[in-house]
Amino acid sequence: MNELALKELLYKIADDQLILGHRNSEWTGFGPLLEEDIAFSSMAQDKVGQSYAIYQMLNQLGEQEPDTVAFMRNANQFHNCQLVELPNGEYDFSLIRHFLYDTAEITRFDFLANSSYEPLAQLARKIKGELKYHTLHANTWIKKLGNATEESIGRLQGSLNKALPYALGIFEPSPLEQEIIASGFFAGEEVLKKQWMEKVELLLSQTQLNLPDWKTIQPVLGGRVGQHTEHLQPLLDEMSEVFRIDPSAEW
Amino acid sequence: MYGGGNTFEGIKTDSLAQEDPQKLAEFEARIARGEKIEPTDWMPELYRKQLVRMIEQHAHSEIIGALPEGTWITRAPGFKRKLSLMAKVQDEVGHAQLLYSAAETLGKSREQMIDDLITGKSKYSNIFNYPAFTWADSCFISWLVDAGAIVNQLANAKGSYGPYCRALDRICAEESFHLKYGHHCVIYLASGTEKQRQMFQEALNRWWPPMMHFFGPSDKISAHTEVLMRWKVKMSTNDDQRNQFLDMYVPKIWELGFTIPDPNLKKNPETGRWDYTEPDWEEFKRVINGDGPCNKERLEVRRVAEERGQWVREALKSPSLRYVTPLA
Ligand SMILES: [Fe+2]
Ligand SMILES: [Fe+2]
Ligand SMILES: [Fe+2]
Repeated sequence: MNELALKELLYKIADDQLILGHRNSEWTGFGPLLEEDIAFSSMAQDKVGQSYAIYQMLNQLGEQEPDTVAFMRNANQFHNCQLVELPNGEYDFSLIRHFLYDTAEITRFDFLANSSYEPLAQLARKIKGELKYHTLHANTWIKKLGNATEESIGRLQGSLNKALPYALGIFEPSPLEQEIIASGFFAGEEVLKKQWMEKVELLLSQTQLNLPDWKTIQPVLGGRVGQHTEHLQPLLDEMSEVFRIDPSAEW
Repeated sequence: MYGGGNTFEGIKTDSLAQEDPQKLAEFEARIARGEKIEPTDWMPELYRKQLVRMIEQHAHSEIIGALPEGTWITRAPGFKRKLSLMAKVQDEVGHAQLLYSAAETLGKSREQMIDDLITGKSKYSNIFNYPAFTWADSCFISWLVDAGAIVNQLANAKGSYGPYCRALDRICAEESFHLKYGHHCVIYLASGTEKQRQMFQEALNRWWPPMMHFFGPSDKISAHTEVLMRWKVKMSTNDDQRNQFLDMYVPKIWELGFTIPDPNLKKNPETGRWDYTEPDWEEFKRVINGDGPCNKERLEVRRVAEERGQWVREALKSPSLRYVTPLA
């Protein structure tokens, strides 16, 4: 088994889930409706919980404890895509990101449910059930706000335009992409991207939002090899503020 | 959190003279028999008014109470704490939602209640006007402020208004998990490093005075609430609740080796009640009337959240909105 390739795959998935889960949790107490505070918090809990499960899997493969891995690495050691680390912005941006990311995520876990690495396949089958509600939530809200007022449509369009280059960065191939595919761990980013595009096109066609021609969108890459925006390190500093008071302590 | 026992002000019973005496007598007899009053039942205006005020304050306390702890979600040390605290604060927001719905059954809309919160017209639990400086402060809140809330809410759950009681039953079940979580966090600080112990001792020093204020002014100086007690709106006196809290939690705090910053705190063997230094009720009044360390900040956060979410709520009212049925 190509352990290096497997770990690379697991790290990027876990890092994505952790960082977006963290961002989602920042809505607690600040949402446009109490119901949305609660929804974003549920998704945050699912995503952070999923990242925890994957870091545990990495721990089984010889990596350090989940807490150490999550709370003690610096930004350049994280392999999440840049989309998930961007600040929440206004609700329209958070919602668009949630839609673009979660559409990719549920598709990714569909593929992972058939992974040749059985523990991952098992976990993916469990996680898929949780993700169903995330995409249901995203799709419902995009359809609502993407068909409502001039302001809501305009805001979503602006955020869509802003998020799309980063969203394409989700599919940045890993350095060991070919090994990952050849080992049957995962079908690969290119296949994932195709399915994702179809789903995004279909959903947006039910709204008054315009999807620009894919060819005109320049993907923002680098996240998968540890290159990040200026937003990730402060997020990590905040996340580990207490933990780093004494990493050997039990909290 | 976080019941409303602390915010009863003097009430005018004049309006009672205008009520139909026969209906009033029937209403009181039902309550005396332990029946619940439901939204469409006859009730005196004063009962309606007091309940709206109390449930609304309770709802505001849940949502404002989510703020001091909420700022620690992004800093919680380790996965287990992070996941638990997210779930805990989410529950508090859920409590606000339940309580606003319960208050709405009495005829005041959620929008109106939130407006009154932001303009300062209606109050929330005073304790959230104090800052949570460190992780240990958030642990104090999860354990002991929630413990105080449970004392208050368990009492109120036996009250007379059906929708409020049912909301409280659900809330109390969740609060007991919060209490367990908070206690667990404090046990880890207590049995941890010197630095961790010191963190909690300092939090205890900061939070003890507001915690003593939590149940409201001493019975000697608080407004007369006989009619509210008879109607099972207010279920026990401020001092009784405070005493019950001390009875349950002082031994647990001492057991962990911490010092409560009140040299006069001890159980009086003759009365069976706790003696303590009289809390500073002038400070309590000052803070509840707006002049506390965090009043402005808390309301400002709420105001900004409402303002930034305005377009979403407007969009939901849009007539051009095709209703989208979620397919589960
Ligand atoms: Fe609570
Ligand atoms: Fe609560
Ligand atoms: Fe919850």
